[in-house]
Order: sequence, then structure tokens, then C-alpha cells
Amino acid sequence: MNHAIALRTIVKKEVQRFIRIWPQTLLPPAITTALYFLIFGKLIGDRIGTVGGASYMDYIVPGVILMSVISHSYANVVSSFYSTKFQRNIEELLVSPVPNWVILSGYVSGGIIRGLLVGLVVALISRVFADIAINNIAVTLSIAVLTATVFSLAGFINAVFADSFDDISIIPNFILTPLSYLGGVFYSVDMLPDVWQTVSLGNPILYMINAFRYGLIGVTDVDVTIAFVMTGGFSIVLILFSLFLLHKGVGIKN
Amino acid sequence: MKALSIRNLKKIYNNGFVALKGIDLDVEAGDFFALLGPNGAGKSTTIGIISSLVNATSGSVSIFGHDLRHDRARAKSCIGLVPQEVNFNQFETVKNILLNQAGYYGTPRKIALQRTEQCLKQMDLWDKRDMVSRRLSGGMKRRVMIARALVHAPKLLILDEPTAGVDIEIRRSMWKMMQEVNRQGTTIILTTHYLEEAESLCRNIAIINHGLIVENSDMASLLARLNIDYFVLDLAEPIDAVPVIEGYQIERVSDKVLNVGVPKEYGLNTLFKLLTERNIKVISLKNRTNRLEQLFMDLIDQESDESLQ
Repeated sequence: MNHAIALRTIVKKEVQRFIRIWPQTLLPPAITTALYFLIFGKLIGDRIGTVGGASYMDYIVPGVILMSVISHSYANVVSSFYSTKFQRNIEELLVSPVPNWVILSGYVSGGIIRGLLVGLVVALISRVFADIAINNIAVTLSIAVLTATVFSLAGFINAVFADSFDDISIIPNFILTPLSYLGGVFYSVDMLPDVWQTVSLGNPILYMINAFRYGLIGVTDVDVTIAFVMTGGFSIVLILFSLFLLHKGVGIKN
Repeated sequence: MKALSIRNLKKIYNNGFVALKGIDLDVEAGDFFALLGPNGAGKSTTIGIISSLVNATSGSVSIFGHDLRHDRARAKSCIGLVPQEVNFNQFETVKNILLNQAGYYGTPRKIALQRTEQCLKQMDLWDKRDMVSRRLSGGMKRRVMIARALVHAPKLLILDEPTAGVDIEIRRSMWKMMQEVNRQGTTIILTTHYLEEAESLCRNIAIINHGLIVENSDMASLLARLNIDYFVLDLAEPIDAVPVIEGYQIERVSDKVLNVGVPKEYGLNTLFKLLTERNIKVISLKNRTNRLEQLFMDLIDQESDESLQ
């Protein structure tokens, strides 16, 4: 049994899926983030001045890019895997000798690729508004991949438990988006009162965004090492939990 | 060589429903095997467990000698499943559905392309290969599922009501396709509610009811057990009264139509002779029910009576 062929098949199918519907998957983030850069970065940002030594436009670019990576890696896996469940074509995979780790890797890879592709689109648009020289390419790429992995896995778990299309929009709308906005995309936690600074440190997205910001412009509110340990730790825990769910057949088998 | 060997298979669902009470079943390699039973008898659960869509509570399943629990990948590689309901991605093209399925089984791209062409031609779908599958007719969708199940050249093909809801012409053409697949060496397990289908295609049969196998034998022996055949006779002239002939069960349907139960030891010649003596002329006759259907109903009724007692 050649698992590489099975993995390639799932990844190719996933990539073809979001490319085929690019007006729904790749175009909206380009438009939305262009508006963020124009309104917050340019029109309002010019009046704010600098944050952490960087212009406000430069300061928000990393957060906006990573926020797009987070939402699109999550959205890709949750909608694709839930549709597969809903149409019952998950049975094609369950009947075949594809091991659970290949199924998980295939769907998560699809999420990571879409997340990073959207991140690239947003980064290219940001070039119109800001001229950023990358501070540390290794940190930038590795935290982006790790973040996309964590949220692809989270999307997968959401899809496993979802019983309706409503269930796949609750977490993005009521948890993911608020945590992203409160994760320091548009501000530094130093700007907050002490109590809210402490509360913010409980938000894992804050660490991811700041590590990514450090990679791009060299500015961060948190220790980058902690950000890597936390994101890597989340990845491992979510991988193990996802494999456990697949092994038990939760949500996909009787 | 056994294509399928099931031992003491039990399934209790989370809601407490006992779907299988410990069944044993063997299917020989090369067989065309019918697994029959009324709705809710345990057929779909059995097939679900064999094809890894349902987790068994206990018992063992072995496919061509590979235990489904301990040698899972090899066991699964032997199986092709055609489910009851359409379950492929309706936004994919027909060709991609087969290519993806071949990929899941680790088939290299070049071979997958050859097998896809071969299976689509065999199912008379090659000219639809680039069509998005949701645009296909119901009969074509069924054939796509058969082609998909065959693309990795399985040794055991499981057909779960493959002809449900298709018209008689398509059903007959699908029978020919299934017979051809079996002739090429693939073992087939068929579940169906069309007992005529099972009688025409299958050599061996198991009947499942209330989670237990109530009959398991070859089709010929099973049919031989039926010692009475039922016929509908069309008469040339209307009759006033139902003729009484010893040994035969005769019922009047209308003035010119009779239902007759003919015991095998008496036969039809004697019946015609006795009807002719009574000036009753028969212009045509047909089987009132499918023979297997009669046996099936007898077995299911008997089982229900026993469970009531």
C-alpha cells in the first residue's frame, strides 16, 4: 500500500476544491484586507503615529496577514471535511485502506496550503501600502506554518463534531474572530490597562501574531520562544486528539 | 479459499438496539452470493462492518484470509463497495471520482488512468467521463458507483441494493454487467429486495432476520424445498363455480381467472387433464409469485411466529 499516493490524492483534491471556487476562497480576503490597510492603516494610521517604533501601517500588516491565515486555514478544513461527511463521500476514504494519519494529513495540508496562499495574497496587497523588509524569514515562515497547522486541526475537529452547517460557523464567528481581533492585530497590549494586559496574555492568538510580527518587522509584545512552544504544543495535542477521534469513528461511523 | 469468513459477529448500537446477535457466514471465492432479509434485519449492518463503515461490538471478519481487525489494510484492499445511496462528490467529474478512488488505494497514476478507462467503458460511461456527476441520470449514478468500486480491481465486490429505483431496462443491463464482473473472477455479495434478481444471479444465499442467519444454502437446494408452485390461469370462457380438484388449491380471482396452487407431486399435466374433463379451457398461465419470494416469505413468517412464541 503506497500511502504517498493516497496522501497526494487527498491534498490534490483539497487544493483543486478551493482553487475551483476561488471567487469564494481567494478573492474576498484580498478585498477585505485592502480595505483594512486603506482605512485603518492609511486614513486612521497616519494620525496614530508609531507603535513600538514602527509606523502604524507597518505594525498592522503582520497581524492582518496572520489573521487571514488563521481564518482561511480553519474555514478550508471545517467546510471541506463537513461537506465530505454531509455528502457521505467520507465513506470512500473509510472503505479504502487509507490510514487515519493520512486522512488527517491530507485535509490539514489542504488547510495549510489555503491559509498560506491567502496569507501570500494579503502580503502582496500590503506591498501597495507598506514597504516591509523581512526581519527573520525563518521565524516568519515557521510560525505561519505552525499557526495554519493549529487552525486546520481545529477546523477538522469542529467538522468531526458538527451535525449541521450552523455548527461549522459558530466557532469562527463567536470564538475565532473575537480572539483574533483581541490578539493584538491592530494594537500593542502595552496600550491596554494592566488588568486587560494580563487577560490578553491568556489568548494564544496574541502569541502567534506577535511572533509573526517579530519575524516581519522585529517588534513583539511577548517572548517569541514561548509563542513557538505554545503553538507547537497546541499542534501536538490537536493532532493526537484528531487521530483519537478518527480511530473511534466519532461523527463518521456508527 | 474463502472470500469472506464471519464468526460470531455482534453489533449493539449506542441506543441499545441489537442489530446482529452473533452471526457466522462464509462466502467462497468466485461466488455470486445473495444476502437477503427484510428491512431492519441486519443486512446493512453486516455490510457496514465488512466495509469498515460500522464498528463491530464483537466477533471477527476475515476477507481472503486477512483479518479485518489485525490485517486491516490488506483486508480492505480486497473490497469494493457499491452502497445503497449515492455517496460520491456530486461536484466532481466522473473521471476524477474514479481517479481519486484509485489514489486512495495507492494505485499509481498511469495504472489508475488505464483502470478508469477500462471500468468506465465496462459500465458504458466512457463518453460521460468529463461530465460533472450531479448532471447524470439515476441509472448512470448507480453505474458510476459500480465503476468506482471496481477501479482498484477488488477481489470481493459488495453490492448493496445496486438496482434499487432503476427501471427494468437499466436493471437488466446492470445484471449483465455484474455477471460479467463475476465471470472475470470477482466474488460478489449482493443484497437486494428484488428476489427475482437474487434468483437469477446468485448461486448461494443467506437470509438474515432479526440479527440472525435463518437460512444459508445454495440457491438450487433452497428452491427445491418449495414443494408447491402458484400459477394464474386465464380461462377461455367464464365459469360459474370454482372447480374442486383434490390435491390442488384453487381460488377464483374473476370469472375468467383462477389462482391455482400446484403441488410438485401432482404437476400441471394432471391439472390440465382434469380441467379439460370439466370443460374448462385454459388459454394462458403464468407464475403467480417468484419462487424465491415464496420461500423468503415462508422463512420470515416462520421466524416471526417462533419469536412471538
